[in-house]
Amino acid sequence: MNTPGSVPSKTVSAIPNGSGAAAILAAGVGCFVLAILALAGDKSTAIKNSLNFYKPTGPLSGVTTTAILIWLLIWGILEWRWRKEKILAGRINVATFILLGLSILLTFPPIVDLF
Amino acid sequence: MEITVRGLWTMLHGMGFGALYLLACSGALVELYRFTTSAAPIGATSSEERFLKFYLILMVVLAWVAVLTGAYVIYPWYRAVPPVGTSDLALFPQRLLTSNPATSGWHSLGMEWKEHVAWFVPISITMAAAIFIRYGRELKNHRNLRTAVLTFTAASFVAAGIAGFFGAMINKYAPVQGGHTIQLSHGDEK
Repeated sequence: MNTPGSVPSKTVSAIPNGSGAAAILAAGVGCFVLAILALAGDKSTAIKNSLNFYKPTGPLSGVTTTAILIWLLIWGILEWRWRKEKILAGRINVATFILLGLSILLTFPPIVDLF
Repeated sequence: MEITVRGLWTMLHGMGFGALYLLACSGALVELYRFTTSAAPIGATSSEERFLKFYLILMVVLAWVAVLTGAYVIYPWYRAVPPVGTSDLALFPQRLLTSNPATSGWHSLGMEWKEHVAWFVPISITMAAAIFIRYGRELKNHRNLRTAVLTFTAASFVAAGIAGFFGAMINKYAPVQGGHTIQLSHGDEK
């Protein structure tokens, strides 16, 4: 308990940050994969046809299903590798925010049209 | 007063799941910030923490149901191809939009962006909820994890806003309609 005038002690977490870092990086990669697949499907007829998993929905079905599977797979692998580790989460954040930013840009049609 | 089955699904998708998600987002951001910053009240109880976990799980469900109904129930009606020679495109919203230069942008920009960016919402909020469920108030001691959770929750709000805005505008210019008509009430005769 802190008394007036005392300096609060810095609490150290009992849970390593590896599990959280795994979830964060996997989410960034998942969004980026989705954006890349959407872009690839837009630019290549062969890729577009190969992503047509469910005809009424079209290539969107393949883009999203593949991205979600990759996201969950990466999350599972990173969780398995990092769950007991202390990770440099600052670097993970920077990489993830870049991936998220690129993902939003790469799904924006005027930018897609530049490729 | 009546509504078609397709209109009802579209309303559920947009106003039921999507709009509710957007409303929930502001609450989640405030509560996540309150719970996880070092300035948060020490007295935050475990029942409050349990409530926030439940709240986030509900948001995850809303986000997934919104994108899945959008992609697998409504989008097939939206992108349906009319038979050759069809002149009335009212039942083919994508074709109706692209048939007129004044409205084609709602498809080429709006729907093309919305159909992809919306999927960032469930991915982001699932990650944020998973981390909060795992760490709870311990996030106070993980500044970087906390930053990522708040950033992704905010990003999910922006992505849901983009999807919601374009969804509403597209449905204004080319509403998804058709299917059985559901009679909601009988109007009074004048």
